[in-house]
Amino acid sequence: MRRFRPLDHLILLLGAAFLLAPVLMAFLSSTHAAADIHMNGLYLTPGTEGLATYKKVLTQKGGFTGEVTGARMALNSLILGLGFALGKLIVSMLAAYGLVYFRFRFATPIFWGIFTTLLLPLEVRIMPSYQVMSQLGALNTTWGLIVPLLASATGTFYFRQFFKSVPDELLEAARIDGAGPWRFFAGILVPLSRPMMAAIFIIMFVYGWNQYLWPMLMTTDERFFTLMRGIKTILQVWVGSQIPDYNEAFALAVLAMLPPLGVVIVFQRLFVKGLTESDK
Amino acid sequence: MTASPQTAAPPAKQAQFDHRWTPWAFVAPQLLIVAIFFYWPSVQAVTSSFYLEDPFGFGASFVGLDNYREALGSAEYRQIAGFTAFFAATVTALALGLGLLLAVKADAVLRGAGAYKTALISVYAIAPPVVGLIGMMMFDMHIGPFTRAAALIGWDLKVGIDYWDTAIALITVAVWKQIPYNFIFFLSGLQAVPAAVREAARIDATSRWRQFRDVTLPLLAPTAFFLLVINITYALFDTFGIIDVMVKDKPANNPITLVYKVYLDGFKGNDIGGSSAQSVILMVVVATLTLAQFRLIERRVHYG
Repeated sequence: MRRFRPLDHLILLLGAAFLLAPVLMAFLSSTHAAADIHMNGLYLTPGTEGLATYKKVLTQKGGFTGEVTGARMALNSLILGLGFALGKLIVSMLAAYGLVYFRFRFATPIFWGIFTTLLLPLEVRIMPSYQVMSQLGALNTTWGLIVPLLASATGTFYFRQFFKSVPDELLEAARIDGAGPWRFFAGILVPLSRPMMAAIFIIMFVYGWNQYLWPMLMTTDERFFTLMRGIKTILQVWVGSQIPDYNEAFALAVLAMLPPLGVVIVFQRLFVKGLTESDK
Repeated sequence: MTASPQTAAPPAKQAQFDHRWTPWAFVAPQLLIVAIFFYWPSVQAVTSSFYLEDPFGFGASFVGLDNYREALGSAEYRQIAGFTAFFAATVTALALGLGLLLAVKADAVLRGAGAYKTALISVYAIAPPVVGLIGMMMFDMHIGPFTRAAALIGWDLKVGIDYWDTAIALITVAVWKQIPYNFIFFLSGLQAVPAAVREAARIDATSRWRQFRDVTLPLLAPTAFFLLVINITYALFDTFGIIDVMVKDKPANNPITLVYKVYLDGFKGNDIGGSSAQSVILMVVVATLTLAQFRLIERRVHYG
């Protein structure tokens, strides 16, 4: 039996406080008036201005940008998150299936061609990627925001590992029943992959929702702004203002972090499993 | 270390389809996306790193290795490279150390383990710019709790004005964001240690510290190496959003990393050739890191 050790709990409590206190402060401060925050600093107690602030941030145009409301930015973030997760799921499952379940010429060079993308993150080729998109006329479009982010083969890597661990007997049995590649994929492999698909969908949704640099470059038209882009804008507006809108900035931050936070807490087990079992 | 059935590499498929054209239909979407959005820009980065582009858009002239020479020769670039290395090393060491400490403790306690786990994991999913915004407020010169706490001990913390004060704020915030990730991996590594091994260690070891050093740490070594590369990559690239928000477009007197410089020179300074040369330099660095990581994963997969 292990004894109760107060020191262990103290360290864990301090760690949890260090990680959670700033988040809690951001949320609680968003319910106070900007002038009060300016005078008294950040709050660890709830205030009374919360409803008004969130209503303003969600609905008022020009609160900080001029043309978009917070609700519109949240919708754009949702489109980016869901579109990215769905796109990643479809493209990577198909590619992994093709690579694992078929014997064909050029399979090896294709494998390397796809997995080389894991070597270089988007950040290091950001300038030429932007130029390519501008040549394609894809600036300020939804597809231009989502599709280039699909170029990294992380999802394909996950599914390849998973498909390789599926017993060979399944395919043999399906063949005896006369199933071709499409029927085997849709009728057996996809239903079998459901837990894996759910885990990857969650991880990719958070990844897409959290994108910052790429949307910032790709969208100059405010109708396409995401919440992350809104955060950048609200801070730029601050320069020169008497009392910055601390409360509105915090409210925007809360809106931007709520969905990822909720997803990770609700689907904690699935999230951790997907993350650790697939190695990156 | 010996191979265990759970971690052994899955064997290559024995049963496969022998269709000639069908596989192409499956890999086509991925290939198309990779070709247009990965290879085309990557090749373009390498090409334009050898050219000097006219700032007004009147063509470009071939300058050979000039852009590289200029980047590597400039004092500013070397200073930023130095800071980037320092930043990456500090963030990695602190985030790994604290993540490991918390994982070991969360693994040791019985009561409240689930609640601690949720609390320590949850902030993982918060985006870098949001983290940057919250961090900026925590270190704000008027309202920031950290600034006020520092003032109590007579330290006048000037984040955004003083170079090293800003560096401390950036490092604190970057570490804060990365602890949960390391915690998740260390904890799952610890929980994969078989009960029999733990029991034997508890009986043999004279102290908890020896038990940790002689048994737990060696078993966690593969996880730690894997995380080392992930953390360095994180510090180099994923901190962009934090830095962009915290230095607020005023990088003049503030510490920035190499990726931020690529962005500044390319998009704010319109120096496409110089920015591309810096991109290529970073590509070499990150490709080397990732290849090292692949080899480690492979070894971990084969030998447990």
